[in-house]
Amino acid sequence: MEREVAIVGVGWEGFQPTTPHYSYKELIYQAAQKAYHNANVDPRKDIQSFVTVAEDFIEGTSIFDEYTPDQLGAVLKPMHTITGDGLHGLITAYLMIRSGICKIAAVEAHSKASNIKTLSQITHYALDPMLNRPFEFHPDFIAGLEMARFLHEAHITPEDCALVVQKNRRNALENPSAPYGFDYRLEEIQDCQPVAYPLLESHIAQPADGAIVVVLASREIAESLTVEPIWILGVGWCNDMYNLEYRDWGHLPYVTKAAQMAYHQAQIQTPSKKIDFAEVDDLYAYRELMSLVALGLISKHELPDALKMGKFHSTGQLPINLSGGSLGMGNLLEANGLAKLVEAVLQLRGQAGKRQLSFPHIGLVQSWRGIPTSSAAVVILASS
Amino acid sequence: MSLRKVAVVGAGMTHFVRRAKETPQELAFKAVRVALDSCELTLMDIDAVCLGTAPDSFDGIHMNGEYLSQAAGAFRKPYLRSYVGGGTGVFVPIQGWYHVASGLFDVVLVVAEEKMSSYYPHAQAAFLTIFDHTIERPLKPNLLWIFALEMNRYMTTYGLSKADIARVSVLHKRNAADHPCALLGDPNITVEDVLQSETLAWPVQRLDVSPVSDGAVALVLAAEHVARRITDKPVWIEGVGWCLDTAYWTNRDLAYPRYVEMAAKMAYEMAGIKEPRKEIHIAEPYDPFDYKALHHLEGLQLAERGKAIELYLNGDAERSGNLPICPSGGLLGVGNPIAAAGLMKVAELFWQLRGEAGKRQVPGNPKRGLAQAWGDLMQVGTVIILGR
Amino acid sequence: MNSNPYVPVVSLTEDDFSNGKVLFRHDKLDARYAWDTGIAIGAFLGGLKGGVILGSYCATCRKIVTPPRIVCEWCFRPMRRLVQLADTGRVNTFSLCYVTWDVKRISEPEIPAVIEIDGASPGHGFLHKIGEISPTEVHIGMRVQAVWKPAAERCGSITDILYFRKL
Repeated sequence: MEREVAIVGVGWEGFQPTTPHYSYKELIYQAAQKAYHNANVDPRKDIQSFVTVAEDFIEGTSIFDEYTPDQLGAVLKPMHTITGDGLHGLITAYLMIRSGICKIAAVEAHSKASNIKTLSQITHYALDPMLNRPFEFHPDFIAGLEMARFLHEAHITPEDCALVVQKNRRNALENPSAPYGFDYRLEEIQDCQPVAYPLLESHIAQPADGAIVVVLASREIAESLTVEPIWILGVGWCNDMYNLEYRDWGHLPYVTKAAQMAYHQAQIQTPSKKIDFAEVDDLYAYRELMSLVALGLISKHELPDALKMGKFHSTGQLPINLSGGSLGMGNLLEANGLAKLVEAVLQLRGQAGKRQLSFPHIGLVQSWRGIPTSSAAVVILASS
Repeated sequence: MSLRKVAVVGAGMTHFVRRAKETPQELAFKAVRVALDSCELTLMDIDAVCLGTAPDSFDGIHMNGEYLSQAAGAFRKPYLRSYVGGGTGVFVPIQGWYHVASGLFDVVLVVAEEKMSSYYPHAQAAFLTIFDHTIERPLKPNLLWIFALEMNRYMTTYGLSKADIARVSVLHKRNAADHPCALLGDPNITVEDVLQSETLAWPVQRLDVSPVSDGAVALVLAAEHVARRITDKPVWIEGVGWCLDTAYWTNRDLAYPRYVEMAAKMAYEMAGIKEPRKEIHIAEPYDPFDYKALHHLEGLQLAERGKAIELYLNGDAERSGNLPICPSGGLLGVGNPIAAAGLMKVAELFWQLRGEAGKRQVPGNPKRGLAQAWGDLMQVGTVIILGR
Repeated sequence: MNSNPYVPVVSLTEDDFSNGKVLFRHDKLDARYAWDTGIAIGAFLGGLKGGVILGSYCATCRKIVTPPRIVCEWCFRPMRRLVQLADTGRVNTFSLCYVTWDVKRISEPEIPAVIEIDGASPGHGFLHKIGEISPTEVHIGMRVQAVWKPAAERCGSITDILYFRKL
């Protein structure tokens, strides 16, 4: 397997429902200085290229990349922004290191969701202006449509989705960085207002603030640093149809394609056997199940039984979202993928505290950019 | 890991207009269609797609990259949108370059689209939100402010006259008269016309400024072994560079773009260029305002500080001159649909180096050209060097 | 050349909309934000409310900058000390602007300027406006002083300074 690029440092600040003590720049600075300390690098001397992920309307600033360099130590250096999830940013740094243009790069993602007072209106503005916006539906209707079709095709019930909520929010109790840890009973999760039937409010990850910085390096640099490198074995990313009118509502073909690309690169033929744990998209509880199927980690037919048997629990055969996922850590907007990546790095380093698995070798991280996108990314990591 | 050679093998663009009937998706699709046709490829041949488009507030669509994805040819393909404000148009082929150079992909589509006319009543109002939300926006700044402030500082530092700077606008708009896609080409424009145009934000006048426009441009990039099968005239990406300066623009020297210098040096080093003034045969510096072309030529080390105007005064900048500048007509003449305008410059180098630029063709078989874009709060430089 | 690489589009005029020749849809985004000001800008705004301009000091670069921040972008060391600056300064550059931010024409220009603040390191200042002056008299290098709102009306905003006037 290829070991060309490694993760050599992670740092994060948060995650919390609000962070009124810091501006977004100060929040990012906290994460950055921790990541650089973790990697034992000086951003001004050592880091050659920087990537931020951000969307203008989420920041409330047009051309937001203007405000990205100072708090990362990136002034007068090659730096650019990717409008994507943090995993897309990580993949960008990976591509740059492979291309030879730099040997050490930093990636940043953040959320100041608490500062956005009209998030659903902004999400609505991502819909087709002519065909979809005139209905003026709450954008979560798209998750309702998708969930309904998936439950129908996979013979899954809303109670099965409640099991995901219960698991992830319990996992979050063991994660000091996760603000939404809670030991719910199933009926408490089910006894809740539908937002877009069959989607319940309790099935939706709640917004949170936070910032994450990850340092990547080429093999020669990674092997010279003092920290244990976590290798990137494979990456994949993919977009499907933007238009709602043409989607395959019961499946996530873009997740499948992204995963296939990453598996191919990592030379993994049977992912369900090779992957020790995974951090997957759970912005809506049903998406965790849909993603697991799309990733080829379980078949649709095995899913109901696997859920009942606790296969995805922290003590199960294939632990999923040990971090607590987005349901437990909060919806960190474009930082969701990196929050999950941090968990995978900690697990592979053996630094995951009470959540630590015994000797995991290969972890998979998958993210989705959220409604209404059909944009996913997958990264496969391995310990040395 | 070594640098894999990457070529541009195809290019296409829409006409640039003030207000297109086409939706942003349709503009992107049209440019992609002609770029693929130009090298006789289909979407089946494309491994990944890179998109550039500047602020979402123009198109009026949140996550505009997602909206444009399938029109840009990204259906079920790896797809990323990069973003460095006005610098995006020259960054997106750099993004395409590192996709191919990484070894993961052989053929990559690079697309830039901008539809500025959707913003109502005028795209300029969208620029209020580029300023710092807490300490600048309450002053109700206009985009023109920062250009006017920078232009004034530049003129005053080097003692340049408005009449001299107007020569830039005149040359570029005259050049654009030969470009089939141009919005503001004018073979007869004079320095007097520029000096007598409306004063918007002194020292900036109407004809010092490029027009708000709609348009799209696409390129096809390929790895060396594939490029030679696609075309017998590949144009190589020899150097790339980019650099972002501090956001605290009121703490900086506005007379000189250090970030452009750093970006250029990165690209020159990669291309093995020691003497850019001799080794670059065509330059397409970013020219949203006339003085910016001068400012950038100095940052690019193609002129001494405060001396770029001499290239225009002594005729070097003309197509038949020693260093033809913006033979396309630039943003001032062809139009300025932000990201698309930057990529238009790279497409121009592709056509010029292949000898396919028609009436715009620079004589003497130019071998190497440079395109540069700039953006954010007078803060980012993006540079690409193409050669054959 | 294999094919014509230039593709036409349909160009519309304002009349095409008013005459109903093309259909269109208006939409307005309700985007509202409440940005946390944080430590450094929070202090800066607090200073303005109290009628003073603050900067921050980098002990590594030995430099005073304004607006203040908690990290020096040049050495990436923390900036822990706030410094009170004068409310006077020098015009680094200016413009005479005859259009408003939303492109309305005005006959008396607004005069935006970058003001280098006294007490900060050379070349360090912020964006503001110049007032109480004939536009033809403004010049680069001109000495200026802040004109403050009355204390009771100040709310911790950059507009607590009304404008700068010639000193």
